[in-house]
Parts: sequence; C-alpha cells; structure tokens
Amino acid sequence: MDLTLWTALASSAVTMAVPLLLAALGELIAERAGVINIGLEGLMLMGAFAALVAAMFSGSTVLGVGAALLVGALLGAGFAFFVVARGASQVVAGTALNLLAVGLTGVAYRAVFGVTGAALTIPGSSAFPIPGLSRLPVMGEAFFDRTPLAYASFLLVPCIDIALMRTLPGLRLRMVGENPYAAETQGVAVARTRTIALVLCGALAAAGGAYLALAYARTFVEGMSAGRGFIALAIVIVGRRSARGVFLAALFFGFATALQFHFQALNLNVPFQVFLILPYVLTLLVLAGYVGSSGAPAALGQPYER
Amino acid sequence: MSERVIPPALALLAALLISALVIALAGADPWVALRALASGAFGSADAWSEVGVRTCPLLLTGLAVAIAFRAGIWNIGAEGQLLVGATAVAWLGTRVDALPVWLAVPLVLVVAALGGALWAAIAGGLKLVRNVDEVISTIMLNFIALGLVGFLVHGPLMEAAGAYPQSDAVAAAARLPRLFATHRVHAGLLIAVAAAAVTYLLLFRTVLGYAMRAAGLNPVAARLAGLGVTRALLGALTISGALAGLAGGIEVAAVTFRLYEQFSPGWGFTAIAVALLGRLHPVGVIFAAVFFGALDAGSTAMQRSAGVSSVLVSVIQATVIFCVLAVEQRRRRTTAAETRGAPAEAPGEVA
Repeated sequence: MDLTLWTALASSAVTMAVPLLLAALGELIAERAGVINIGLEGLMLMGAFAALVAAMFSGSTVLGVGAALLVGALLGAGFAFFVVARGASQVVAGTALNLLAVGLTGVAYRAVFGVTGAALTIPGSSAFPIPGLSRLPVMGEAFFDRTPLAYASFLLVPCIDIALMRTLPGLRLRMVGENPYAAETQGVAVARTRTIALVLCGALAAAGGAYLALAYARTFVEGMSAGRGFIALAIVIVGRRSARGVFLAALFFGFATALQFHFQALNLNVPFQVFLILPYVLTLLVLAGYVGSSGAPAALGQPYER
Repeated sequence: MSERVIPPALALLAALLISALVIALAGADPWVALRALASGAFGSADAWSEVGVRTCPLLLTGLAVAIAFRAGIWNIGAEGQLLVGATAVAWLGTRVDALPVWLAVPLVLVVAALGGALWAAIAGGLKLVRNVDEVISTIMLNFIALGLVGFLVHGPLMEAAGAYPQSDAVAAAARLPRLFATHRVHAGLLIAVAAAAVTYLLLFRTVLGYAMRAAGLNPVAARLAGLGVTRALLGALTISGALAGLAGGIEVAAVTFRLYEQFSPGWGFTAIAVALLGRLHPVGVIFAAVFFGALDAGSTAMQRSAGVSSVLVSVIQATVIFCVLAVEQRRRRTTAAETRGAPAEAPGEVA
C-alpha cells in the first residue's frame, strides 16, 4: 500500500478523532466525579450550531469556538441542576438533553437559515503547520498540520492527566467519584465539585461539536453529530477512564471511522457497516472484561444526597 | 391518585409554555402553531387515525421502557430491539405467503417479539455474566442493530428489484388488517392496548411482577426477602425487549410493509419520555403514548401551516422530561446509600 494512502488515512483518522477526543475528555472529567452524562450527543450538536452561527455572524472562528464553550458550559450547568441539585436520574436527564438539542438546533437552524435547510459553508479554521515536524512521513500531516483547536485538544490530554492524577483538586474530584459520602466528611463540597465537572464536560463536548462544524464539515447539518457523542462514551470506557487511554482510544475510533471513507481504496472485502459498528462491538468486549477492566469509579451514576 | 397525575399535568403545562416561547423565538406565531398542532392531531377523522398509527409504536416501546425501569433496569436499547423485531418480520414476512392469515400474522408477531427479546438478552447476559452496565451495553447494541439493518437492506434482504435499499414487501397473509377501510389505523393498536393490559397484570398481579418492582425499589432488600431478583431482572429486560421488538414488527406488518434505513424516527428514545410521563404505569403509558402520538401527528400540520419545523416536538418531549424530573421528590437516602454495590441506580418508582 502506498504512502499517500497511509498519509491520507492517518490524516483522516486524526480529523475524526479530535471531536471525539474533546467530548471524551469532558466525559472523563464528569465520570471521574461520579456523574454519567449520556447527553454528549446533544452537547456536541449544540456546540456545532453555536459555533457555526457565531462564526458566520462575526467572521471569526475564535468567537465560534468561544460561543460553543459558553453554550456547552451553560448546558452543563443546567444538567447539573437536575442531576446534582435535584438528584434526578442521570440517564434520563442525559436522554432529555439529547432530545432537547435535536429539537432546538433543528428549529433554530430552519429559523435562521430558511425552510430548505440548505447547507451553508463558512470559511472555517485554517491550519497551522508546525515547521519541520509537519514534514514527517505519514504522521507529520496527521498531527502537526492542524487547526489550533486540534492542537489544544492534544495538549489537553497531558494537562487533564496531570490535573486529575497529580493535583489536590484532581484528587478531590476522584474522591467524589469513588465515595461522595467519605469525601464530604473530608470537607469536599460534593455538589460543587460535580457541578464544576459537568460544566467542564459540557464545554469540552461543545468544543468537539465546534470542531465538527468549523474544521471538519465547515457547515452545519441537522443531526451532524451522528452518534459521535455515544462513541465518546465508549471511548471513555475503552480508554479505562484515563486521559492517556482516552487519547489512544479516540485515535483508534477515529481510525475506524476514517476507514469507512477510504475502504474502497483499500480493497477490503468487507461491508462498510463493519467499520461503522466496530467501535461499539469493541466497547462491549472491553466492558465484558475480555480486554481488561473498565475501572469505573465506585459511585458512578449514583445521585448523592447529604 | 392526584399526586400521581398532578406532576405530569404540571409538566405538560410547563412544556407547552416553554414550547410556545421557543416558537416565538423562532419567529413564528405560537398561537397559530399550537392551533395547527392541535388540529393536525384532532381536527378530523383522518387526523385521529394518524394519531392511532403514531401511538401504536410509542405505546409498545413506552411499555417496554416502563417495565424495565420499574425493575431498575436502564433499558436504553428499545430502539435497537425494535429494529431487530422489524428485521425479523421483514425477513419472515416475505416467506409466509403460502400460510393462512390466522397463522401467518401470529407467527410474524411472535418472531418480532422473539427478535427484540433476543437482542435485549444480549445485554442481559452481559450483565449477568460479566456485570456489564446495561446503560452502555444497550446503547452500543442500538448502533450495532442500526449497522445490521444498513447491511441487510443493502445486501441480503434487499428487494428483488434492487432499486432501493429496502426489503421486499411482506406477503399479504402477514399483514395486519386496518380497523376501518378508509383510514390507516390498524389492528396493531389493539394489540398494543392488549399488551398494556398484560403488562399491568404481570406487574401488579404476579409474583414475578412483584419481584420486578421490589428489585427496582431496593434490590438488596428484595434479595434478602427471598425474591428471585436475578430472574426478575433478566425477565424484565427480556420482556422489555420483546415489547420493543413487537413494536418494530407491527410497524413493518401494518404500516411500512418493508424494512429500510431510518426506519425509526427515534421511537426508542421518545419511549423514555412516554414512560416517564406515564409514571411507569401501564395506564399512564397509554395516555402518554396518545399524547406523544398526537404531537407527532400534529407536527406535520404545524410545519405546513405555521412553518415551524416538526422537530420542535423533540423540544416538547425534552421539556416534559425535565419538568417531571424537576417536580418529582428526591428519592429517599435508602435507595442510594444502602444499595452501594448493587446496580448503579435503582429507580424503581420514578416518584
């Protein structure tokens, strides 16, 4: 197989991986704090739409990303109200969030851009190649010729890893996820910690959506998140809930998604739906323990009441 | 009884108000839009018939979700289970043309339920044998089912003509009859209502149902009381899958007659809203399903007359869920603290 194909594949893989990575990092923070947020799909969608609208009307992709972060943070806070303050079921609230996002973006899109819902294109982010590194064979274009948001997502991985595993606030957050009652006796404000975690989760997931709209598709299409929010959930599991694991898993799933588009050139005798369902089957295998333990925080999914 | 009806009623009211706000923000007249919604749902016999058609799958999937949630099983996989049921019918339905109707139809329905039950049983087995959280496993299975359908309608199950990615139409013998000659509403609706009755009897008049409800409220206590908790949980998930599979199968056998991609407009997820609004009780689910069916039926009229995208109903559904969540009382500490180590959440009773 020739080098151009591998390079294209690697590049696609990373392009697919970045939004997944961002959303998965957000979910990682939330789950480590003991909250499961299955509304990532909705958050990505809202982030994509907010980014598109802001970028279109301001001409700046930076403002687009900023708008997405804001929208995501607000939604995360709203979600936290139901799930932390009111102790509601996290699964149900997450589902409602997805429904809400589909509805709001659908209505808003048609209201702003007209009945036909015709796709509009925006200039989009430009790439900033890193001199020297970007000329590495195969990996160069894939990792070092990217938009700022993509670089930010790569940098977030070690940052979040260090923050979670080596700082005091990170330790407190993990305590809240493992045993909120014990954490409370140690003076950790469980509700506030979880709320902050959800706000961060919302912002990051929305940033993933912003990448989809600004760097990948350069437009908004209804339902464009297309299941990526759920793949991000899977990534957190497959990545054993560590930042490094999430990074590798995101790359893997990005690769699996990219394969769909290139598979004809690869001459594989396999229906392309196999690549579609590969991430999900893999997640089931990991969950079933055939590929290591999933390491869920002990208090994941349980509402906390003082 | 009133404390069971008021929260959902309040939730509905709040949802309508918020939706009116959203419509106004979208630049349309809320009054016109909501009136179009209402007339599209109840304005004519045709409209009523449409409501009947849209209610059927919602009722069955709503029951599926309700029975699972009651037992403390978070079945988010109703979407995938209904797809598998639909696939089973699309496959079998083309092969029973030689059979008499009274044999073909029940056979087809049983196969649909079996398909859904099997799909749910995968998640159930994973939970039983490997302690896999059913939230994630059922979500993953949804996507796997979607991929499966895509593969099948482009390949092995594709119609003989090969023109579109859809299955061949099911034989006339396997089709569910219409209730009235001139309207689309079909016998599946009656089956759905019967299913609601059976679910009620199961939940409230059998030992298994009792075990399910007890497991949902407090699995540890139920186990200590000697109830077969594992059997109850597995049973709940399997029956849930069967109901969802039935929903998919009936849609193929009575409405679309074929399987294709994008077969479901998200019934499995709307079902969660339906089940919640119906307070996880079969009778409540009937009312909630009719409400959402009406929303669905009216939404196309709303889009036509008022220019508000029909996807607004998702906003209404979401707002209803949020309002119910906001209004319900917090579960007592016993369920969260004392069931540490048991399934992550034990919702049992939503309020």
